[in-house]
Amino acid sequence: MMELVCPAGTPAALRAAVEAGAHAVYCGFADETNARNFPGLNFSRAEMAEAVAHAHARGAKVLVAINTFPRAGAEAMWHRAVADAETAGADAVILADPGLLAHAAEHHPGLRRHLSVQAAAANPDAINFYAEAFGVRRVVLPRVLTVTEITAINREIDVETEVFVFGGLCVMAEGRCSLSSYATGRSPNMNGVCSPASHVVYSEEADGLRAALGGFTIHRTPPGRPAPYPTLCKGCFTSGEQTGHVFEDPVSLDATQLIPALSRAGVSALKIEGRQRSRAYVAEVVRAFRAAVEAEAAGQPLPVSLLARLTEGQAATTGAYAKTWR
Amino acid sequence: MSDSDLPQCPRLIARALRPLPPLPLGLALSALSRRLSARHPSMLRRLGEYAERAVLIDPTDLPFVLRIEPAAGPRVTAHRRGSAPQAAARIAGPLSALTGMLHGRYDGDALFFSRDLVIEGDTEAVLALRNALDDAELDLAAELAALAGPFGWAVRRVVAVAERASGLSLHREDLANGAFR
Amino acid sequence: MDLTIGPNQFFWPAETVRGFYREMAATPATRVVLGELVCSKRLPFWEGEIPGAIEVLQAAGKEVALTTLALITLKRERRLTADLMDMGLPVEVNDLTALHHLPAGQPFWVGPLVNVYNEGTLRWLAKRGAVRVCLPPELPLASVAVLVRAGADLGVAVEVWGHGRLPLAVSGRCYHARLHDRAKDSCQFVCEDDPDGRDVETLDGQPFLAVNGIQTLSQSTASAAHQVEALREAGVSALRLSPQSRGFAETVALYHRRLAGGVAADKLAQAVRPWVPGGALSDGFLTGPAGAAWSGA
Repeated sequence: MMELVCPAGTPAALRAAVEAGAHAVYCGFADETNARNFPGLNFSRAEMAEAVAHAHARGAKVLVAINTFPRAGAEAMWHRAVADAETAGADAVILADPGLLAHAAEHHPGLRRHLSVQAAAANPDAINFYAEAFGVRRVVLPRVLTVTEITAINREIDVETEVFVFGGLCVMAEGRCSLSSYATGRSPNMNGVCSPASHVVYSEEADGLRAALGGFTIHRTPPGRPAPYPTLCKGCFTSGEQTGHVFEDPVSLDATQLIPALSRAGVSALKIEGRQRSRAYVAEVVRAFRAAVEAEAAGQPLPVSLLARLTEGQAATTGAYAKTWR
Repeated sequence: MSDSDLPQCPRLIARALRPLPPLPLGLALSALSRRLSARHPSMLRRLGEYAERAVLIDPTDLPFVLRIEPAAGPRVTAHRRGSAPQAAARIAGPLSALTGMLHGRYDGDALFFSRDLVIEGDTEAVLALRNALDDAELDLAAELAALAGPFGWAVRRVVAVAERASGLSLHREDLANGAFR
Repeated sequence: MDLTIGPNQFFWPAETVRGFYREMAATPATRVVLGELVCSKRLPFWEGEIPGAIEVLQAAGKEVALTTLALITLKRERRLTADLMDMGLPVEVNDLTALHHLPAGQPFWVGPLVNVYNEGTLRWLAKRGAVRVCLPPELPLASVAVLVRAGADLGVAVEVWGHGRLPLAVSGRCYHARLHDRAKDSCQFVCEDDPDGRDVETLDGQPFLAVNGIQTLSQSTASAAHQVEALREAGVSALRLSPQSRGFAETVALYHRRLAGGVAADKLAQAVRPWVPGGALSDGFLTGPAGAAWSGA
């Protein structure tokens, strides 16, 4: 059975994920070392140790995401995070920065290393390179590849691959985008936030809900229509004669129906996005996907996904996995 | 999910609450919040600096709004809609959405995407509060029952009846059993 | 501190490219990076100009390097990257994939699209042979200073984005094609219509971004006009100037005068502005609250 890797932004969400059937849970410390550095989210050192014990007692793994790019002059914070993840008993760390990968390989050789999607390793050369240089054992593939390309990649590499199957969808090569800091001064790479809440202003106006980020209008939603979060790349903009979602519609990924194809493509693990979401979301999505991977492993038809209303724009896409997306 | 899917607080209850003076309501809720805060110390820790920011909770089907100051006790005050003092942010939606979110029945983002929940002002303060409450796994029914001491069983029974009658979520969902809707 | 001309990010006709590098040969820039950065599909239309450009630039005494693509995905692109290593010129890596093809011990440059955020990464790159690194444009001045010091110990020259629309993101998807309701594979090269990228405004008409094939740029042109002293103080070895369709030779000359102390910051900004697409400048990544901010008047 493919491993189901599930998000947890809080200890309560981690317990919910484990109860709902997660094989592994990924989470991060409450600071800028991880790419979901949101208010009120993430784990203290003590919470991480408890979380690992809780998950291990129930046969689930814990993967610690330390996937931002350490700040020059302050690398010690990231080095400490790797050391503390190992102390807490984490099954692996998820890293993106070459310097941090080199540090972990040298100082924590026994700690399993996964390559974060933030490293955007999108072809066999890059993946083999990270595997040789840093002993990376698993690569989280960027959300820009088709199933055919994933199949081809798996033929040329020796490490495991993990792919996103549900949740928010980055349209840019992950870890290579500074749109957020252009508008707000805070970016995924440096601060672990994209389109941060601190710079979001909603205002109910006559023509609906205006959402602005760092002073830039990201969209206006007419009354009664589904409201997207003001993520920059999913905004509504104007270019020449055209007005619309220049980069991506406010949809999110649901690849439930592609699970058999991903399995045939040699994918080892399926990842659910959403560390910033509630324990209710985690429980529901994990339960649905656990049922789906079990059905797939047993050769039974997949259950129909009922998750659409949990998604942004309340609409789902299979994203780049189908070539037409490009 | 759309407005129509969420249970509205029955008119009768809303009307019955209207003459209620805000002060005692606020005092009672403050007492409950202090108790919750003492029993779930991780909540304030999780809020961190955001505990200093007051948030207005606006159950749109009730005749009053609640102003929460987490760092001050916490302190909860009730106000007539439109006469509440300044707050960093406002979360508005039907009572069923608000209690459902508290109890793990609904996901806050999903309620926001569907416009059942409206957020204004300091979005960070709202996120911090939501995440801290989500992690605390609060159970209002259990807390009220505990407050009632030896009469807890009676409170539980009343809450269960109220829950069935109103469709409101008044106790924590058991997420393992798929109670999520 | 000297000047590096970065690779042209846009799709220009072959004749334009030819004229452009002839002009660049006559500018006071010290080095030039050229080659296709953004889209491998554009390359056949102008690659014939590359040998001639190299020749004219080298004859003028410029140091010349070749860039890799920013996002290497297809087999054809991987082969292209491997071939680049045998051209006998320094290669500027703009996707770490290229390191897989780089013969051990061959010195290389690192472009602004590689995530060099800290000393650890710089040290690791230096160990593999990096001798020159242009830092990612989003880095603040404080980080630049730390990295320049680390670079000095490692023998790595550190460059900073000095002028040009900022490369903010790359994607698997082509936005130019999407705006024309076409798929990437049948784009019909519509990006050629926009020699400085296609402007994107907010719904309220605020100038914001520009799209250029799979790349997203800032609509403002970043300019380090006001930070020249601070960058020199920090020990930065070069300013990178990124090509634009109009007045670029003049722009290079103006920055050169600024480095030589012949023109003040606000005068430089005022002088380069007429050539800048859209006329907006920014320097917020280095010193401001957000990338789009501008410290000048």
